[in-house]
Amino acid sequence: MTTDTLNDLAAHQQVAPVETLKMTARGVNVFYGAKQAINNVSIDVTQENVTAFIGPSGCGKSTFLRTLNRMNDTVSSARVEGEITLDGENIYAASMDVVQLRARVGMVFQKPNPFPKSIYENVAYGPRIHGLASAKNDMDRIVEQSLRRAGLWDEVKDRLTDSGTALSGGQQQRLCIARAIAVDPEVILMDEPCSALDPIATAKIEELIHELRGRYAIVIVTHNMQQAARVSQRTAFFHLGTLVEYGDTSDIFTNPRETRTKDYITGRYG
Amino acid sequence: MATTNGHTVKAFDEDLGQLRGLVAEMGGRAEAAISGAMQALVRRDLDAAAMIVEEDRKIDTIETEIERQALRLIALRAPMADDLREILAALKISGVVERMGDYAKNIAKRVPVLEGAKAIEPLSILPAMSRAVSDMVKASLDAYAARDPQAAILVCESDKAVDDFYNSLFRALLTHMMENPHTITAATHLLFIAKNLERIGDHATNIAEMVYFAATGHQMAERPRGLDSLARAI
Repeated sequence: MTTDTLNDLAAHQQVAPVETLKMTARGVNVFYGAKQAINNVSIDVTQENVTAFIGPSGCGKSTFLRTLNRMNDTVSSARVEGEITLDGENIYAASMDVVQLRARVGMVFQKPNPFPKSIYENVAYGPRIHGLASAKNDMDRIVEQSLRRAGLWDEVKDRLTDSGTALSGGQQQRLCIARAIAVDPEVILMDEPCSALDPIATAKIEELIHELRGRYAIVIVTHNMQQAARVSQRTAFFHLGTLVEYGDTSDIFTNPRETRTKDYITGRYG
Repeated sequence: MATTNGHTVKAFDEDLGQLRGLVAEMGGRAEAAISGAMQALVRRDLDAAAMIVEEDRKIDTIETEIERQALRLIALRAPMADDLREILAALKISGVVERMGDYAKNIAKRVPVLEGAKAIEPLSILPAMSRAVSDMVKASLDAYAARDPQAAILVCESDKAVDDFYNSLFRALLTHMMENPHTITAATHLLFIAKNLERIGDHATNIAEMVYFAATGHQMAERPRGLDSLARAI
């Protein structure tokens, strides 16, 4: 193995030496009606690293992810306490424009959900409503750049007018990532983005996450621990609504501090 | 760190158990080969020595089997945390035990060469050194079986006694050779045997270090070496 390859491997797996705090959560509680789903969670999300949330079903990892761009606002019974900041600004402050917030903190869901429109329109929709492109040329450029960054351009450049729903599942998911990228977000939240995809489409998304690392702060919720190990530099383990352990991915998967984490990742849970 | 449960997939526990069983069997065979080689040497028993040389193949076969099973476990079970460390330890320990077997074989191979030689005094120290080494090997394998990091530390500490044996044998044999050049052939073989035993002791500490790592996730701190400068240089 050459030194370059070793360096590449090291760069892929290691936590960035310089870390910029992008989002912070302090003492966050989330309630659905009377039921508490998240209990006193504090965590930092950095610009340079991919952060993975793992944990068994119902542990609150998706609920917590959704607090990071106020997606829980759409659930009428949901109530969020504590403080979550983006670049030091409290996103739950009354002055926060939620539409703007969700442009800055984009989201990709479990099932690919392209609009029933053309591939071009799927990507152009966000920049258009946010007024990011005035001329057709600008919009073309944004669409191409977004599709390129999402690793989809070469596969769709000759059929941009085809419906987004006509693409394969993996292509649809990359289209959704292109759509999230198109509004030039700062953070991308991914909620089990590969659970509906086959291994090859999954590998493409994982490679894409690696490519996008650094340009965007990325937080990914995954049921697949191997995926968390492969794509992230930081891993947070949630259990019963609490954050049990948060640390460097290589430490969590080789030598976790907490017994509960160890039991979960080694398949001894429950 | 306490383990609260077996694996949800019980076949994984069975696979790990099988791997541990192989390491234990391999270790037991190496242990027997070391003490057997020393007995053959003391009794000048050529048949027993030949048997030990032959038996070493079995140790090599088990090492291959451990490699095969570890590879299969890593590929099929995607082990994490202490499971991963345990499999890594089994792999490395099997390599170390294989070397121990080779050293025992090497001692056994010298038995016919020494058969005709006149007994020289340091030969009486070797069995004591061999017992100390065998105790270390046994303690390191017991620590492995019990996943006991404290016992592993004790093994490493006991290496000093083996090194002391080697140092005194080294001086004694050197003195013999200088005083009576007729003993040089026999003394050189005995020196190699002592060196083999000393290396087996070092390998027992390697096992202990792997046991410690597998159990705790941390490397055992570097410990001071016991060899004096003259013997170490050789």
